[in-house]
Amino acid sequence: MMSFMGHQPQSDAVGYSFSHPKNAPNKEHSFYPYTDNGGSTLGITGADFAILAGDTRSVAGYNINSRYAPKVFKIGGDDDTGEGAHIILSVVGFAADGQALKERLDTVVKMYKYQHGKPMSVRACAQRLSTILYQKRFFPYYVHAILAGLDEEGKGALYSYDPVGSYEREQCRAAGSAASLIMPFLDNQVNFKNQYIPGSGEGHALEPKKPEPLPRETVERLVRDAFTSAVERHIEVGDGLQMMVITTNGIEEIYTPLKKD
Amino acid sequence: MDKLVAQYSRPAHQNEFYSEQEQHDLTESLPPLSLKFNLPPVDNSRSWLRAMTDDHSNPSCPIKLAHGTTTLAFRFQGGIIVATDSRATAGNWIASQTVKKVIPVSRLSRGEDKPNNAPTPGLLGTMAGGAADCQYWLRYLSQQCTLHEIRHKRRITVAAASKILANLTYAYKGYGLSMGTMLAGMTPQEGPALYYIDSDGTRLPGNLFCVGSGQTFAYGVLDANYRYDLSEEEALELGRRSILAAMHRDAYSGGFINLYHVKEEGWVHHGFDDMNPIFWKTKLEKGEFSNVTSEL
Repeated sequence: MMSFMGHQPQSDAVGYSFSHPKNAPNKEHSFYPYTDNGGSTLGITGADFAILAGDTRSVAGYNINSRYAPKVFKIGGDDDTGEGAHIILSVVGFAADGQALKERLDTVVKMYKYQHGKPMSVRACAQRLSTILYQKRFFPYYVHAILAGLDEEGKGALYSYDPVGSYEREQCRAAGSAASLIMPFLDNQVNFKNQYIPGSGEGHALEPKKPEPLPRETVERLVRDAFTSAVERHIEVGDGLQMMVITTNGIEEIYTPLKKD
Repeated sequence: MDKLVAQYSRPAHQNEFYSEQEQHDLTESLPPLSLKFNLPPVDNSRSWLRAMTDDHSNPSCPIKLAHGTTTLAFRFQGGIIVATDSRATAGNWIASQTVKKVIPVSRLSRGEDKPNNAPTPGLLGTMAGGAADCQYWLRYLSQQCTLHEIRHKRRITVAAASKILANLTYAYKGYGLSMGTMLAGMTPQEGPALYYIDSDGTRLPGNLFCVGSGQTFAYGVLDANYRYDLSEEEALELGRRSILAAMHRDAYSGGFINLYHVKEEGWVHHGFDDMNPIFWKTKLEKGEFSNVTSEL
């Protein structure tokens, strides 16, 4: 099964990871329960805030079906407006799965508050989301989720997930169809990858620039730049930009239009 | 036909709301210990899952899972060295360069809470194959090890812990799990102990293992320079150098070198270091990697 074992798998054995199943042709499966609704999401943290953003276009194939279908949600709020929430979630991929996932996590966070009399910490919520995704390991949610909030020390916290629940805390993450356009930009502008301090040396002695938490204005500008640029080069991204900023004062939602072509 | 009838002949509104079981699952704030997984409504769920998620047999699969790794662990006179890279790939896309592929197992060993550099008691597990599979099942193993600790008032042996994991992977054989894990730890009963467990159900004790797409490159360096009586310094350097070799030649490995040392009192973290400066240092100061030119 795994090629690290050095043997060739049988045709009906599951050929995973690095193996080369020779006589296992791809089966046609008529059961295809997913649609890729496109779009992109992005999250960045700072010293005392976290931002989650997503475009609001919804596509199926080459059709644009909605110009306002939000991908960023408040989790664990008291009413429909999400008042009182302290965690935000973005989901991109198959919107129905995303919606189901959001509702499931929302209920879990609410029940936690009712049963324990205190809000769920972001760390606990992050791990719970991982197990929720893994419960569908054999019939996955077709989503890339990003969770954001403030940690126990009040610092911005951001967790990113793969479809079956592997997760990691990061400073920034882009997901969805334009992730490959946005992520390299973020590596360079948030984590200062491949940026060096001028005049600190020659050739290999050049000192790399150390990443540090960015101020909120800078981060908001980066988010806007990332999305306006993605809109220029990706057909599934556009229409509107929904941003949620979480600080100690609560969650602020900002909507700005993007190009509609 | 009967099957189709059976499938569609239930009350029309049966699935309209959450079932009692689902409601219970939602209100229960702790995930249950008994394991319930949602399966797709098809006859052959594993070939369906493969069509959806296995990038290798179907490069245009819609759901790309994080994969790819080099991990190694070896026993020596001073304990066990555990080293990994930090890259996660989904198809050709580098999903992350900062994955923590060494996972502390058991209750007292949450690395992030540690105030000082003192050794932390407990086991270490490594992560190769599916990232979610490894993270989830090592978390499950942590839970089981903690329960063992509470029930028996002593820490679990590495042999027992590895058997819990191997029994688990064997029970799920054929479902499409993908993991190659090493468990390392030191207990009074066993001394330094190292086990390899994978998703086929294999469980092997041993002195030296490399796991993942870059394993061959790591074995090359490790086998050539390995001795049981290595000093602590030499052993750490060998672990680092073997991972570096794999990062250099295996496209699916890269990022940061994550180094751990398991001692009698527990494990010690020896850094999560960017490979790039280490590579150039190795080349320019030791004259290795002479295949690579340093001229611009």
